[in-house]
Amino acid sequence: MPEIRNYTLNFGPQHPSAHGVLRLVLEMDGEVIERSDPHIGLLHRGTEKLAETKPYNQNIPYMDRLDYVSMMQNEHAYVLAVEKLLGIEAPERAQYIRTMFDEITRILNHLMWLGTHALDIGAMTVFLYCFREREDLMDCYEAVSGARMHAAYYRVGGVYRDLPDEMPRFAASDLKRDKSELDRLNGNRQGSLLDFIEDFTDRFPGCVDEYEILLTENRIWKQRTVGIGVVTADRAKALGFTGPMLRGSGVEWDLRKKQPYAAYDKIDFDIPVGLNGDCYDRYLVRIEEMRQSNRIIRQCIEWLRKNPGPVMVENHKIAPPKRAAMKSEMEGLIHHFKLFSEGYCTPSGEVYAAVEASKGEFGVYIISDGANKPYRLKLRAPGFAHLMAMDEMAKGHMLADVVALIGTMDVVFGEIDR
Amino acid sequence: MSSTTIKTTPEQRIAKLADALNTSFNKKGCTVEQGFGEVTLTVPRERLLEISFELYGSASPFSFDLLIDLCGVDYLTYGQVEWETSSASLTGFGRGVDRSSEIDTEAADRFAVVYHLLSIEDNVRVRVKTYLDSEHPMVESVIPVWPVADWFEREAFDLYGILFEGHPDLRRILTDYGFVGHPFRKDFPVSGHVEMRYDPEKRRVIYEPVSIEPRTLVPRVIRNDNRYMNEESN
Repeated sequence: MPEIRNYTLNFGPQHPSAHGVLRLVLEMDGEVIERSDPHIGLLHRGTEKLAETKPYNQNIPYMDRLDYVSMMQNEHAYVLAVEKLLGIEAPERAQYIRTMFDEITRILNHLMWLGTHALDIGAMTVFLYCFREREDLMDCYEAVSGARMHAAYYRVGGVYRDLPDEMPRFAASDLKRDKSELDRLNGNRQGSLLDFIEDFTDRFPGCVDEYEILLTENRIWKQRTVGIGVVTADRAKALGFTGPMLRGSGVEWDLRKKQPYAAYDKIDFDIPVGLNGDCYDRYLVRIEEMRQSNRIIRQCIEWLRKNPGPVMVENHKIAPPKRAAMKSEMEGLIHHFKLFSEGYCTPSGEVYAAVEASKGEFGVYIISDGANKPYRLKLRAPGFAHLMAMDEMAKGHMLADVVALIGTMDVVFGEIDR
Repeated sequence: MSSTTIKTTPEQRIAKLADALNTSFNKKGCTVEQGFGEVTLTVPRERLLEISFELYGSASPFSFDLLIDLCGVDYLTYGQVEWETSSASLTGFGRGVDRSSEIDTEAADRFAVVYHLLSIEDNVRVRVKTYLDSEHPMVESVIPVWPVADWFEREAFDLYGILFEGHPDLRRILTDYGFVGHPFRKDFPVSGHVEMRYDPEKRRVIYEPVSIEPRTLVPRVIRNDNRYMNEESN
């Protein structure tokens, strides 16, 4: 009788389906996974330690680089934690802007997830479709903050500046000299940023229909996702799942509803919940979340059009004064100098603030000893808990299903390795 | 709208929870604190697992079914500043960063492990905290209660050197293979101890002691004036 041995396979960290730098050590019996051991930390930058050496304000850009496909939501958790420490609250208009951009970010994240997930299990077209829509949303990021990804737009006490009245347009260049082509590109950029976003929300439900036509009833897609990686509701809680991973298993839990922050308590939306807890249900949950995000964005646009106002607290011990005041008043100059050199000190204590990020609960835990820097900053990344379940979810599945599992977990190593 | 899903206000739930925790755990040497709208339960380390079972068990009044977060903390330099700001000398405030302060690495209660729990049923959170001394930073693993603790405990071990008794597989998780030391401890420099480069003569990657000086861009200061706390200024 021939000797049968288990086969150990190294998956990643340079595999295109590893979504970054995941190294999986798989122990296999033929093509069936017996044990999987994810090795993480290849992208560990020590964000939490670095944050201990920087004043509160200077840590905001680090947050963008954690979950680098849902940038503003990470910032949101951080500024909420610092605001809680300081005992301040952002003005209402800033709350609505944050809500709107959180949802834009959610769509950005889910589009990225959908495109790569589908690409991993063999559907090329969806990837191209998703990135087409992402481009428009990136332009919104750019219009409001100047950066397409790492925005650093949310600040303690509000947002950096109000929404621009004019959407940036394409200019003629060597590549785009044709007048009619330019007019077509700039067609929906004639008005303000809000007009541009509204135009997007008009189109977007149709786009989601397109993705669904390609996938939802697709035989191959269903064969690759239905019944793969089933997690029961109780097990999902024990494994620390949050966000779509938890809702896909049928637990109705969403911080936007249950522990509302920003303007979510004034907005009407629904939480989709799955039934079977498999990859297909999690796919359906995320698709529906995109439609709900679209709905939230529309309500925010409507409110933001009607209600102009400040987007930053007036307290200049925390928020910088207006540029004009800084140039003409001594007070303003002193405030500016103090804020951008030493920063502000918070009262001592410890706070935990969490937001419903696209992937799950993103939390920020700050211990302050009263200094101008956090004494300890802990970032609770949803993907960390999800990836931990890899061993349990992959057991008994085929090697090809591991790729589907990595996709369904929506792992991003910026936040897992921190 | 969403008002139907929230039956009580967060404040009511927090107050109720603090009372319930007090009655259940006061006699076991635990203390309950409230601050910033959050509840912290400080637990003696030898009773941690016992109390964890009571926070999420079929026979307990609490139902903290989700362990959201677990992390280590090093309280070594808590409250220490790098810049003297309270008194000025004849030449004004000091300009240099003061690194001479003596640090007692043997302090009792140097480390802490912090657990953030969430109850989906009651919609409340609690923070459980236990202090460990620097000589034997060891605490029982809570994997029997919350399986999710696995990687979080590995992380706390990796970054702080805190040991979790009963953990099935306490390996490093975030740092490099073969890493020496626990990088998030306060006596571990931000620049680390070794740097690596490719050595063309040996034709492999080698590790050497770091060649850069640690530097501080913005000194750490504590100003107790709380200028921004409008209601508390006096």
